[in-house]
Parts: sequence; structure tokens; C-alpha cells
Amino acid sequence: MAKIRKDKERETPALATSSLPDIIFMFLFFFMAVTTMKEITFKVRVAPPSASEVQKLDNKSLTRYVYVGKPMDQYVKSFGSETRIQLGDAFADISELEAFIVSERSAMNESDQSLMTVSIKADKDTKMGVINDIKQALRRAYALKIVYTANKTVVAE
Amino acid sequence: MGKRKNSEINSSSMADIAFLLLIFFLVTTSMSTSTGLARRLPQPLPPDMKAPDVDVNKRNIFIVKINSQNQLMVQGELMDVRDLRVKAKEFIKNEGNDPHLPVKESVNIPLLGVMEITKDHVISLQNDVDTQYQAYIEVQNELVAAYNELRDELAKEKFNKVFAELEADQQDAIQQAIPQKISEAEPKNYGKVQ
Repeated sequence: MAKIRKDKERETPALATSSLPDIIFMFLFFFMAVTTMKEITFKVRVAPPSASEVQKLDNKSLTRYVYVGKPMDQYVKSFGSETRIQLGDAFADISELEAFIVSERSAMNESDQSLMTVSIKADKDTKMGVINDIKQALRRAYALKIVYTANKTVVAE
Repeated sequence: MGKRKNSEINSSSMADIAFLLLIFFLVTTSMSTSTGLARRLPQPLPPDMKAPDVDVNKRNIFIVKINSQNQLMVQGELMDVRDLRVKAKEFIKNEGNDPHLPVKESVNIPLLGVMEITKDHVISLQNDVDTQYQAYIEVQNELVAAYNELRDELAKEKFNKVFAELEADQQDAIQQAIPQKISEAEPKNYGKVQ
């Protein structure tokens, strides 16, 4: 009796993989929940400054971004290495900013228009002259709610 | 008869499909949530109007200037950015009713009662064209931190909680007692021929 049972056990059963998809789907949903879609492809290099009092941006659909920084290596040839502004997916001149904000705002729902926020995502080595120009353009476009993008620093005390 | 045993659907490729989706989402999304310092810009001036002379009592203004070397001048003195927070708090609070610090007024605030507050103080932030953005943000950050600390202190004193944990109407009251007034001046060209 004992001997017969041993022979039967020698056949190793196939590994049960039926729960593998469930695990992967769990991962998938986790990532879908915690991540957000990429806004654009960066053409300028932006390393935001750091600050300790930052707040989370609450409404992404009402936020428009202005990127400020030096062009990436592959664009240096055609756009130079001076600080440039990027609106949406393309380089832009400061004079285009006002029109950009106005057209973005008119594309929004009327009830959301007053809630529009402009996030200035600027490199930490940017000169304030550029930022001042942007601020003036935003004021002219009546986009008065702005956010200076900054990374959270851990306070070392 | 023996074949019946294996007749369940072969689901091993399901994992591959799920993996594919997973990798797609990993590539197209980014983890980073954007954070930042929220500010409100002043209304634009009509083009044919000059900047109005701000009619503010001198003791009510706290002037912070940043030059092109990222050095700080606060109320006419050279200062390190680390000392700014304490100085700004001193200014906003004006505990000892110092005649050089902002005027205090009695205001009746719901939930808090009559309080002596520096209602008309203004922190004026001026910077040079060549100031580095990081330095500017650091100064902004210190000023916001000064306000946040003052609000937390008041909230602890009155409601025994930090500001962030208060009810909405309590937060309003605290905000009324310590209004945030950071003015970003019209840009000027310092020391430049126009």
C-alpha cells in the first residue's frame, strides 16, 4: 500500500498560475490610481526650486502650465542655450503667452474660467527678469491665480 | 472521460495581457504630484495709468529687497534668509505695540471676539532682474512660513488645534485675524539707464 502511494506522488503537478493575472491586475489598478498622465514632453530642462511650505495643487484640469528653463541638449542647436519658455508642447515667445492663456481659458467651461490657475514651472537658476515678464503677461491676461511650482524639502532641524 | 479534467479555460496568457497593460501605464504616467506656492497677482493697471503712489503709513510696510547677488535687504539692513522668518513674524505680530511696527487696530472677529490686529500691514517684496529664481522662492517661502507659524500659534491658543485641523469657519476667523499680505511690487529696473 505505502509503495503504491509513493509512485503516484512522483508526478509533480503544474504550478497553479491562475491567480497570477489577479496579482498583476492589482498592480495595474494600483498604478492607475496613484499616477497621473504625463502632461507634455519637456523641451526645456526644469529643476524646480525647493520650499518647505508647499501646498498640493488641487485641481489639475483647471491648471495650465508655463515651463521656463534652458532648452534640452537636442534643441540647443536650433533654439540656443538661453532660457526659453515652453507652452504646451512647443517653444514660445513671451509675447505669445497672453494669447495662449486667453485661448486656453476660453476653451474652458464658463463656470470654471474664474478658477483657472497658472502654474509657473521654472528652473531654479532662472533669472527673475523672465519670471517678471511672465507675471506681467499673466496680469494683462487676467490670470491672477498662480502657483510657483516647488518641490517639498524635508526640514532639517 | 479522462479529458474532462483539463477542460477549464487556459488562462496563462491573461497574465501577459495584464503585464502589457501594466507596462503601458507605467510608461505613460508619472508619479509626481505637483506642489507649489500659491499666490495671487494684483489686478492689471490700465495701460495709460501710472502705478499709484501707495498711500500706506511707513510703519506699516516691511520691505524685502533681493539684489542680483541674491543678497537680502530687509528694512534697510543686510540680512540672511534664515533670519527673515523671525523678523517677519515680529513685524506682523507687533506684540509690544512698538511705534516702529505696524499700527494695531481693534477688530471684532466672529469666534475670536475683539482682537488687536495689524490689519494694514504690507510685506513688499522687490527683486532685481538678475535675481535667481531659487532665492526668490526661498524668500517667498520664509514669508509664507512666518504667516503659517503665526496662524498655528493663534489656532493653538484659541482652539487648541493646529490651523490645518480646524473647521472651515474657524480657519476663516484665524485668516481674518492674520491676513496674508505679500505684495509683489511692479518690477523696476534698479540702477539702469532707461
